[in-house]
Amino acid sequence: MNDTFELRGGESHIEVHKFFPGAVVGIAVLSLVLQRILPVYLPRLEILDLPLLATIYFGLSRRNPSTGLLLGTVMGLLQDSLSGPTVPLGEYGIAKTVIGYLASSIGSRLDTEHPLARFALVAVFYVVHQSILTIVRRLLLNEPEAWFNMHLAVAALVNAVLGVVLFVGLDRLRRSS
Amino acid sequence: MVGVPSRHRSLALLAGVLLTQVLMLAVQVKRDSRGRLIRVWSMTAVTPFEKGGAWGFGKVRVVWDHYFALQGTTRQNEELRNENDELKLEISQLRSKAAEGDRLAALLNFRQTRLKVPMVMARVIGASASSASHTVEIDRGERDGIRRNMAVITPDGAVGKIIECYRGTAQVLLLNDRDGGAGAMLVGSRIQSPVKGTGEPMLSMSYVAAEETVNAGEKIVTSGMDKIFPRDVPIGTVLDVKQGNPFKLIRVKPAARLDRLEEVIVLLTQGPVDFKNDADEQGAQPAAGNSTPATSGKPAAEKP
Repeated sequence: MNDTFELRGGESHIEVHKFFPGAVVGIAVLSLVLQRILPVYLPRLEILDLPLLATIYFGLSRRNPSTGLLLGTVMGLLQDSLSGPTVPLGEYGIAKTVIGYLASSIGSRLDTEHPLARFALVAVFYVVHQSILTIVRRLLLNEPEAWFNMHLAVAALVNAVLGVVLFVGLDRLRRSS
Repeated sequence: MVGVPSRHRSLALLAGVLLTQVLMLAVQVKRDSRGRLIRVWSMTAVTPFEKGGAWGFGKVRVVWDHYFALQGTTRQNEELRNENDELKLEISQLRSKAAEGDRLAALLNFRQTRLKVPMVMARVIGASASSASHTVEIDRGERDGIRRNMAVITPDGAVGKIIECYRGTAQVLLLNDRDGGAGAMLVGSRIQSPVKGTGEPMLSMSYVAAEETVNAGEKIVTSGMDKIFPRDVPIGTVLDVKQGNPFKLIRVKPAARLDRLEEVIVLLTQGPVDFKNDADEQGAQPAAGNSTPATSGKPAAEKP
């Protein structure tokens, strides 16, 4: 994965961040591994969606919709493939593709460095992500899935809080321009 | 080469990636028992075209069958017409046999309820060759005990009398012949007057005085005065009455179907025949004391 980001002509007021080599790949793989390992020891952490947070973060930072959606696609498909045979390939892939595209599109227009903005964005993206999953499960997979419940709201808040914290840590992987 | 804006490129890429994954999902997923989702989608997508195609082919076939592929239709039509004609004929024959059965049953019933009255049942085998004459030929004659001037009736009423008798056949002069007739009387008023044929389907009662009261619908029975018919055999019903001078002009509708005779009864005696019950069923009201008891066994008038 390319760690270099370019500044588009019409988006010169937005800062484009670069990361250390291998940071994106490493974070992506780490998020997937932790997503599988953590719930084994701490079942309550199943509420977290670390690959989603990674997708959002790099999408917001990358600010290139094409690369953002591709990153989301790869993350989602890997998450699908790591979720066992009961989850068909494409379920998370579709959701994270959309999130990657939206995050990078919004990142190219807004300043997403503020913790409050990050909190709101992660919460919204989480809800959108889960909504897409619900649509895919109900319409394509014919699985019963609730459109909304309190678990979704709590999970959105928890992931948003974690996202704000993690994003601060991930900011340290940026290379100074 | 015209460059595609990056925004559109990314949108197209998004659509492509999503579509790819959706298809990938469809390939993997089995929906219920209907097989893989991709098969369900394919079938769903193709079905409308299949239905449209089937509808179109059906219409084309209908047009072809009904307007172009008519070879053999004429021959088939002719065969069906012939078959239809045969069936019609068969139905007609069956109806005729059914009607004949009904008539024979009525005759048998009539005969069985009057076992003491000597009578012969006969089948009408011929009719007059002249339209001016109303006679029929029956298949019974002298060897069956039939003689001239014997009364011929049906369960409905008087028919006529024997005018010619041969060994095995006989001729019957019907009441509606110009020379036909019978001694009659009105059931209600007991007014007696002969009923004569007119050569037409209706009979006439000619000698009822103008001052008498006769109503349409009144029943007329034989009076027994003609020495041919026993008393109280139904002759007919008054159809209409016209005032005349010195006699009324009364048209009578025959009780028996004189135009559709197929089986008749020849009374071998002029002794009384009990038509009373039948007359009652037809609304007749014979006056007490004037009707001959059916069981008396005595003829109303002896044949000369």
